[in-house]
Amino acid sequence: MIDMRNIKKIYNTGEVSFEALCGIDVEVKDNEYIAIVGPSGSGKSTLMNLMGCLDTPSMGEYYLSGKKVDSLTPNELADIRNREIGFVFQAFNLLPYASAYENVELPLLFSGMRGKARRKRVTELLTRVGLGDKLANKPTEMSGGEMQRVAIARALGNSPQLILADEPTGNLDTKSGTEIIKIFDELWEAGHTVIVITHDMNIANHCQRIIKLKDGLIYNGNGFPVKKRESAAA
Amino acid sequence: MSPSIIYNIFMRDFRKQRKRMILTLVAILWGTMSIMMLLGFGEGLKVQFMKGTNGLGEGIVIMWGGQTSIPYEGFGKGRRIPLYESDIELLKKNLPELEEVAGEYIRWSVEVSQKDNILTERINGLFPAYRDLRNMHPEMGGRFINKLDIDMKRRVAFLGDDVKERLFGDKDAVGETIYIQKMPFKVVGVMKHKVQMNSYQGQDEDVIVIPATTFVSIFGDPYLDNIIYKPYDLNSSKVIERRVFEVMGAKNKFDPTDDRALSFWDVIETNRITNNIMIGIEIFLGIIGGLTLLIASVGVANIMYVSIKERTREIGVKMAVGGRRIYIIFQFLLEALGITFLGGFFGIAITYIATEIFKKIPLENEAVMLLGKPTISLEIGLVVVLILGIMGFLSGLFPAIKAASVNPVEALRYE
Repeated sequence: MIDMRNIKKIYNTGEVSFEALCGIDVEVKDNEYIAIVGPSGSGKSTLMNLMGCLDTPSMGEYYLSGKKVDSLTPNELADIRNREIGFVFQAFNLLPYASAYENVELPLLFSGMRGKARRKRVTELLTRVGLGDKLANKPTEMSGGEMQRVAIARALGNSPQLILADEPTGNLDTKSGTEIIKIFDELWEAGHTVIVITHDMNIANHCQRIIKLKDGLIYNGNGFPVKKRESAAA
Repeated sequence: MSPSIIYNIFMRDFRKQRKRMILTLVAILWGTMSIMMLLGFGEGLKVQFMKGTNGLGEGIVIMWGGQTSIPYEGFGKGRRIPLYESDIELLKKNLPELEEVAGEYIRWSVEVSQKDNILTERINGLFPAYRDLRNMHPEMGGRFINKLDIDMKRRVAFLGDDVKERLFGDKDAVGETIYIQKMPFKVVGVMKHKVQMNSYQGQDEDVIVIPATTFVSIFGDPYLDNIIYKPYDLNSSKVIERRVFEVMGAKNKFDPTDDRALSFWDVIETNRITNNIMIGIEIFLGIIGGLTLLIASVGVANIMYVSIKERTREIGVKMAVGGRRIYIIFQFLLEALGITFLGGFFGIAITYIATEIFKKIPLENEAVMLLGKPTISLEIGLVVVLILGIMGFLSGLFPAIKAASVNPVEALRYE
């Protein structure tokens, strides 16, 4: 699924240049459940942004499902984000004045799904995350947990294989957080590849594999199996 | 890329940005109204002015007899050159470039009475051609002097609208009798009111017109006061003037280069100059209007920029879920254009309604009447819409491009 070779990300802010990622290699197979952990500033979010094609590496190669994506045009990257990747953010990043329905609909609008099919899909997704009765609610009328569920429904819009979540429970209370992780579990069991950034070691230990980052480098040789699940890669 | 995507996004965003969009719309509306009002009033002013200058007559040249200043063929200088009725035929015969030629007799302070009303008024002895040459058109129910009046030396009178008021007040005058130097004359027509900005004998609204032949038989004037002619080609009035000098010089035996022998008032030239002044004023008003509209569009651009800054997070979200840059750009462009055209449309509509109401207000003061007839032409409307379109497009385009060039990661971090 993901094949990253010698990835570097360098930020040039004026005179100072900062190397967020200093040459990392990551391999992720289909239907893996991975946690990325590390202290603040270790480059976790940068790595996930690169995985999610939200940004491009300064150096190195990135193959997503066999396709070389490190040097694509912005439009091509946008299409990949739309169809092949689902992103869930810590701050939810919903459109504040749009309803749950309209938020989930967004990626479907961009992929050009027709009205009737689109309506069906949105309703289906929101029902799946348990918000079938809150289609018209706006984010201001929802709890944190509900908002994150809308975000997950949105991420699933065009049925992407890869689900990326950057601290999905960071802004949630324990109960809501548990509910959200449960959904990710279900998604993994349904066949998706799920990669989660987290500070919470409980959640990390929950996954198949942990990748530890520190100062822009992987510290544990691309992760090791924590629990022996059905098809864990070694 | 499909228009429905863009449309959908636009409709979603419109709802929440309503207040801001309405404010922007009002700015455009105001700018549009300003430019249309200014241009409309400018146009109206020009039209009224032209009517006023044409009050004396359109395309005419007025000629008076003068005094020779150059000795010629045995004649000394200082010789008066009078104008006779036979000169009218002379000019008609020798100058085919002239559409019409006619002469005029004038007499001041003549006693005129109607019942107990005794006044002293000005009398003109005219030919029928004067009606069109000098825009002395009759009100409904009356007529000007005609050929039969001339041939039969009838005692009929055509009254200026002001002198009619003085003689008859509000009463109907046509068919009534007035007494000119105690001789009865039947009123056959009253002049339709006009604005007359130029004159050489006083306002036409004050004059009583009788047939030229009748005039001569009563007052016995041997010479005409002036001759008026109208050339076919308005641009050739200078050339024709020289020809007139030649023809009249041959008949009266004066040097055709003697400019003092005859005097001319080229009304055509006067009107042309006035017209140019009016065009100048119109352009000036148009520029002011244009600048106002420009300010309004700067307002739109400003609001678009602010709006986009505030919606940076949103733009980031849209890009993160796979929105292409072109959708973002188009969306903001559509917003800018939509507001501009909507504001422009309402501005034009309100202007139109306002000017229609304004036109219905009856105005007595002649000075205000010059201003009071704004004319909104279709051309002005289309030009304004075009300017609006360009401005809307530009004021939306640059902010939109800036918006779309944002890195999604940075945009999402934006607070």
